[in-house]
Amino acid sequence: MLPKTSPALRRLLDDVGPVDEAGIQERVTKYTTRSIKHGSKLFGLRLALSMVDLTTLEGGDTPGKVASLCRKALRPHHAPSIPQVAAVCVYPSMVKHAAKHVKGTAVRIASVATAFPSGQTPLKSRLAEVRAAVSDGADEIDMVINRGAFLAGELQLVQDEIVAVLEACGDATLKVILETGELATCDNIRAASFLAMQVLRPGDFIKTSTGKTSANATLGNHQVMLDAIRDHFLATGTAIAMKPAGGIRTAKQALHFLVAVKETLGDAWLTNTRYRFGASALLNELVRQLETQRTGAYQAPWTFTEDSTGY
Amino acid sequence: MQKIPKTPKCYVGGAFVRSESGRVAPLTDYAGNFFANIPRCGAKDLRNAVQAAAKAGAGWAKRTPYNRAQILYRLAEMIESRSAELAAAVSDRGSPDLQSITEVSATISRIVYFAGWADKYEQVLGSVNPVSSPHFNFTLTEPVGIVGVLAPENAPLLGLLTLILPIITSGNSVVALASRSRPYPAILLGEMLATSDLPGGVVNLLTGERKDLLATFATHQHIRAIAAVADHADATALEQGAAESLKRVKILSPQTDWFSPKHDSVWPIRDFTEAKTVWHPIGS
Repeated sequence: MLPKTSPALRRLLDDVGPVDEAGIQERVTKYTTRSIKHGSKLFGLRLALSMVDLTTLEGGDTPGKVASLCRKALRPHHAPSIPQVAAVCVYPSMVKHAAKHVKGTAVRIASVATAFPSGQTPLKSRLAEVRAAVSDGADEIDMVINRGAFLAGELQLVQDEIVAVLEACGDATLKVILETGELATCDNIRAASFLAMQVLRPGDFIKTSTGKTSANATLGNHQVMLDAIRDHFLATGTAIAMKPAGGIRTAKQALHFLVAVKETLGDAWLTNTRYRFGASALLNELVRQLETQRTGAYQAPWTFTEDSTGY
Repeated sequence: MQKIPKTPKCYVGGAFVRSESGRVAPLTDYAGNFFANIPRCGAKDLRNAVQAAAKAGAGWAKRTPYNRAQILYRLAEMIESRSAELAAAVSDRGSPDLQSITEVSATISRIVYFAGWADKYEQVLGSVNPVSSPHFNFTLTEPVGIVGVLAPENAPLLGLLTLILPIITSGNSVVALASRSRPYPAILLGEMLATSDLPGGVVNLLTGERKDLLATFATHQHIRAIAAVADHADATALEQGAAESLKRVKILSPQTDWFSPKHDSVWPIRDFTEAKTVWHPIGS
């Protein structure tokens, strides 16, 4: 049962405007019907691959597992036409192990911090976690917002915490996870997006979900956030980046998400500095599709090295 | 009572599916009257079926041989209770004649026959080998994985199952393309498989034009072997396509007599198994 909408949240909802849920659903259904063939498909698959944040977020992560993840990120497949991924995404304690392998390469190190995935520890320890990850070499920090505070209407607290984490990040890029599955309504997702974007720097991200709950990134909540990014950009000129995460497993899904980006935000967002996929299983699927296109024969899964099975 | 027109569907991953493209081909009965639209499957449907077969295959191969025997025997029971319906389908929805009744009963006998082999073929195909060193040396069989089946036209039910049965007996999973001209018995077979204890995805039945799917059957690397009834041209295409992925291809003539007792044999089981030899040290 949700608490009664508080006055502060009510005001924010009024400020950012409502979301037409039926309209969003109608619109995203259309994305899945686009015919993407040959050249555009190859372009889309390569682009999606270059946007992957290759992720392992398991209790069982070891330095060895992170090392193999890094090698996979640097060279997803032996075919030279297959690009590198954008980043590896690990827990803070694994950042120094990842750094040994990818520092100095084009692959960045992202680390979830702030008591991922719940965010339910004191702010002080969350900030300490962020600083530790950054000093170990993290280029990007994925933080979770305080959903409990958001739903209780303590919006200022939520925003202040984002600002505090932003300061702790220093030069590192910040990704703010809204955990859309716990925000209950599209209006709330839009409001939370604006709450984060109002304080973010250009090039920082908002991210759909942790991938640790049953509710994952869907085209619907993704679209609500894209619309928010567009409205924010048109109003302020600040370009915020986007990262869906969780549940994106097939190449076809990835292409649908890219269609949504292109048709909502345009070509400027079709780059891995402005758009990312948080995924692990997706990488092999993309490589498999690219190899299928290159060789003309559908590939068997054992042709590709296993990556982690995090998300 | 008004007759309800039926929408025949393919049987993939334990579910009844239409072709992803939505394409269909009309099917007529023995008198030439329109009967139903049959899905015309494309390469994407085949890929989905291979995925379903991959998902089900590992679990099926892990079943005990005795359990596989029970499940195949149960399938024979399921089919026998609906043999009149199946015989009518084999005679293209005319009244069942001697030919179609014989085909259905031969099919049931063959299922029972291979059910019997499920926990016995290993004793015949495996071996303990004499070696001149202090080792036990034995050879075991393992299923090859996903096997593609291209069914004959002349016995749409018996021919299809004669190809499928030895393959699944040893724990492989199957993606089969039914007879093009007479696919309806395969559609009914799918409905019977769904009520048997055979796990969904072990046998996947597609319908459609062979020319739409032949190249994909041959080149899809996840399909490890093919059992096909094919003329010279199709056989050449299959073998050339299969070469890249080192796929095993077994070709049978379109004139094959499916009623022949030579099909009741352990050798078709061996065709779709790999031999694994184990050296186990023993004390001097």
